[in-house]
Amino acid sequence: MTGDAKLLRIEGLTKAYPGVKANDNVSFSIAPGEVHALLGENGAGKSTLVKMIYGLVKPDAGTMELNGAPFAPPEPRAARAAGVAMVFQHFSLFEALNVAENVALGMENPPPMRELSARIREISTTYGLPLDPARLVGDLSAGERQRVEIVRCLLQDPKLLIMDEPTSVLTPQEVEILFHTLRKLSAEGTAILYISHKLEEIRALCDGATILRGGKVVDSCTPREKTARELAEMMVGAEFKSADRAGRSLGEELLVVEGLSLPPMSQFGPSLKEVSLRLRAGEVLGIGGVAGNGQEELLATLSGERPSEPGTVRLMGEDISGLGPDPRRAKGVLAAPEERLGHAAVPAMSLTENALLTGTVRKSLAKKGFIDMGAARRFAEEVIAAFDVRTPGPHVAARALSGGNLQKYVIGREVLQEPRVLVVNQPTWGVDAAAAASIRQSLLDLAGRGAAVIVISQDLDELMEIADNFAALNEGRLSAPRPTEGLTIDEVGLMLGGAHGMQEAAL
Amino acid sequence: MITLIKRPTPSKTWSWATPIVAILATMIAGGFLFAALGKNPVEAIRVIFWDPLFGPNAAYFRGQLLVKAAPLILIAAGLAVGFRAGIWNIGAEGQYIIGAICGAGLALAVYPAESVWLFPAMVVLGALGGLLWGMIPALLKIWFNTSEILVSLMLVYVAQNLLAYMAFGPMKNPQGFGFPGSRNLQQYASAHNPELIAGTGAHWGVMAAIVAVIATYILMHRHLAGFRIRVAGEAPRAARFAGVNPSRLVMVCLMLSGALAGMAGLFEVAGPNGQITDGFNSGYGFTAIIVAFLGRLHPIGILLAGLLMALTYIGGDMAQLMLQLPAAAIQVFQGMLLFFLLGFDVLTNYRIRIGKGAKA
Repeated sequence: MTGDAKLLRIEGLTKAYPGVKANDNVSFSIAPGEVHALLGENGAGKSTLVKMIYGLVKPDAGTMELNGAPFAPPEPRAARAAGVAMVFQHFSLFEALNVAENVALGMENPPPMRELSARIREISTTYGLPLDPARLVGDLSAGERQRVEIVRCLLQDPKLLIMDEPTSVLTPQEVEILFHTLRKLSAEGTAILYISHKLEEIRALCDGATILRGGKVVDSCTPREKTARELAEMMVGAEFKSADRAGRSLGEELLVVEGLSLPPMSQFGPSLKEVSLRLRAGEVLGIGGVAGNGQEELLATLSGERPSEPGTVRLMGEDISGLGPDPRRAKGVLAAPEERLGHAAVPAMSLTENALLTGTVRKSLAKKGFIDMGAARRFAEEVIAAFDVRTPGPHVAARALSGGNLQKYVIGREVLQEPRVLVVNQPTWGVDAAAAASIRQSLLDLAGRGAAVIVISQDLDELMEIADNFAALNEGRLSAPRPTEGLTIDEVGLMLGGAHGMQEAAL
Repeated sequence: MITLIKRPTPSKTWSWATPIVAILATMIAGGFLFAALGKNPVEAIRVIFWDPLFGPNAAYFRGQLLVKAAPLILIAAGLAVGFRAGIWNIGAEGQYIIGAICGAGLALAVYPAESVWLFPAMVVLGALGGLLWGMIPALLKIWFNTSEILVSLMLVYVAQNLLAYMAFGPMKNPQGFGFPGSRNLQQYASAHNPELIAGTGAHWGVMAAIVAVIATYILMHRHLAGFRIRVAGEAPRAARFAGVNPSRLVMVCLMLSGALAGMAGLFEVAGPNGQITDGFNSGYGFTAIIVAFLGRLHPIGILLAGLLMALTYIGGDMAQLMLQLPAAAIQVFQGMLLFFLLGFDVLTNYRIRIGKGAKA
C-alpha cells in the first residue's frame, strides 16, 4: 500500500429527505490510520453521512470506495463484513445481561462463551480498556458501558471505526483512557471517523477534519493548526460571539441549601449527601460532573418535585423545603430539567399546552382554575419569537420539534417568566453551537437582571464560560464552590474526581 | 410493501374520522359474517342499525335506547377521566353494584315513609357507595403500591357476593313469598326513579349522564385540573414537574369514576330494574370501558359511543329474535367494532406509505 492510498473515498454523496437535503454532494477521504473529525452543527448532515457509510441509509447519488473497491453496503451487516464498525452515541446494551452475553448478541456467529470471554479479556487488556466479561451491564458506569461497545467493535478487527459523540458521557480521566486507546488503534492502522462537538478534543486527537454545514462540505483543515474558536467559526459560518458576562454585580443571598440529603429515587439511582450551597442575586453557579451523580436529584429537590427535610432549602430566609413545584414557582424558583421529552415537556401536546405546564402561576394563564387558552397561546408565541424557536406555530406538538429547538423553547419558557432563581440541567445538550450560545447569553442576561442561576452541565467549557463559581457533583456530594476565574482544567478535573475527598478534608 | 410513518403531530381529522370508518368497516365485515351464516346481510344490518330507530316498533325501542345508553355514558364519562391519567379502574361494575345497594338500602330501611328528600338522598348515598368502593383500590395503591387494575377488578367479585347476600338476606322482600330479591322500588313513589317524559325512556339517570358529559368536558378541556390529568397520562414525570401530586391524582380519579358508577347503579335499581336481585348487574360497568375507548376518551365521543353501543345491543337482540342469528354472532359483531376502531386508530398517529422505499 502506498503512502497516499486512501482507505475510504467518498465522492459526491447526496441524500435528500422530503423538504431537506441532508447531504449535498459530499466528498472526502480517509487514509488508513487517520483520525478524521466530522465537524458540524446539529442538522449539518453528520449523522446521515455516517449512516450511509454504515449501511443504515442508502444514498440517492454518489459513490464510495473502500480500499479501492466500490463500496455500497445495503445494510449494516455488509458494512461490518467489509470492516466498518460504529459506536453509537446511545448504547444498545441489555442491562440484565453480562458483558460477554451483550457482545455475543451483536455477533453474526458468536463463538462459545468461554472463548468469547477470553477474547474480550485479551482485547480489553491490549487496548487498555479494563473490562470483566462476567459483570452485569446494569452495574457498569457509562464509561464502562462504552468500553463494551468499543470492544464489541474491535472483535471484528475493523479497518474503519466510526465514533458518534463518544465523550459526552465520560469524565476527563475516562476521556484520557479512551484517547489512549484510539491513538493505539490509529498507530496500528485503523482509521477512525470521529464525530464530536467538543472542539478541544478534536484538536487534541484528530489528524484531519471535514466541516459540514447545511449538508455540504464547506471546509477541511488540520485541527491542530486551528484554534477552537476558528473551528467553531468554520462550523457556524459566522464570527463566533462568546458570551458577554459583563455588567453583573452580585447582590444579596437568595437561595441557601444546607445539609440536603435525599435517599435514591430509584433502585440504581444515586442519593444526595449533605449538599450545601449559597447563591446570591446575579450569580451564575456552575455545577459540573458526570450525569448520574445526583444531578437529576438535585434539580428535583430545588424545583419542588422532591420535597426535602425542613430547613434544607431556604429562599431569602424562608424555608421552602416542603413546597411543591407550583408554590415554588409562585415564589420565583423555576427549573428546566434535562430530559426535554417527557419531563420538561409533554411530547404529544402542543407548544401552547406545554406553555401551561409551568407558566400558569407566573403568567396568569388560568383564572380560578379555568384555562385561558388565548393567553397560553400568546405566551407560547412570545417564547417562540424571543428564543428563535423554528416551528410553524404554537399548535405544533412538542415531539415534532428538533431537540435543539425544543430546548430553546423549554429554556425560553422559564427565562421569560423572570424567575428569581432558575435551575437548569444540561441547558445546551444536543443544541447546535449558535443556539447554545444564545441560550447561554439568555442565562447570563437573566443573571444580569438580578436573578440567581444554577447551571448543571457536563460541558466544562460551557461552565467555565458563563459561571461565576464552580462546584462539582460526584456521587451525590457537592464540592465547595470555587470562583471560575483562575481555575485551571486540572483543578476542575481534581474537583470532579475527588469531590468526595475534598469534602472530607474540609470537615 | 407497506410502511407506517409516524406523524409529527397527531392528525385531528383522523381522530374524528376513525370511529366513522370503523363503523362502516364493521358493517361491511359484519355483512360478510351474516352472509356466511346464510342470512341476508343487508337485512341483518338494517335490523341492527335501522329498525330500532325507525322500524315498525321504533317507539318502544327508542325509549330503550336511552335507558341502555344512560348508565354506559355515565360510567364511561368517569372512567375516561381516569384512563386519560393512566389510572385504570376496571371495577366500575363493582362500584355500580355497591352504589345500588347503598341507595336502595336507604329506601328499604325507611320504607314506607314518603318524602321528597328520599330520592335525592338515595342518589347521594349511591354516589358515596361507589366512591368508597373506588377508594379501596386507590388507598391500596397509595399505601402499598398495588395495581389498581387487579384490586378494582377483584372487588367486582366481592361486590357480586355482597349483592347476592343482600338479595337473599337482609334486603329480601318480607312480603315476597320467599322469593329472593328486594321490594320493587318502582312501587315506592318516593324512591322511584320514574320516566320523566313519557315514551322517551328518559329518567333521572339520563339527565345525570348529560350533566356528566358536560361537566367532564369542562373539566378535561377547560380546567387546569383536567389539563394536569391529561399531562399525567401522557408523561408522568412532566406531571410531577408541573406540580401534580400523584397520590392525590389516584384518589381523585378513582373516587370520581366510582361515584359516577355508583350513581348509575342507583338510577338503575330505582328505575328500569326496580329491585336488588342476585343478577341485578348486567355488565354495564365492563361495557362502559369499551364505550370510553370507542368515544376516544372524549366526553362528546362517549355520548355518541354510548348511544351506538346501546343501539347494537337492542338491534342485536332484535336480530336474534327476528333473524334467528346466534347470540355469539352478535357478540362477534360488537367485538369487530372495537377491533376496527383500534385498528384504524393507528392512522391518527401514523401515515401509511405503500410502495417503494419502504425498506432502508
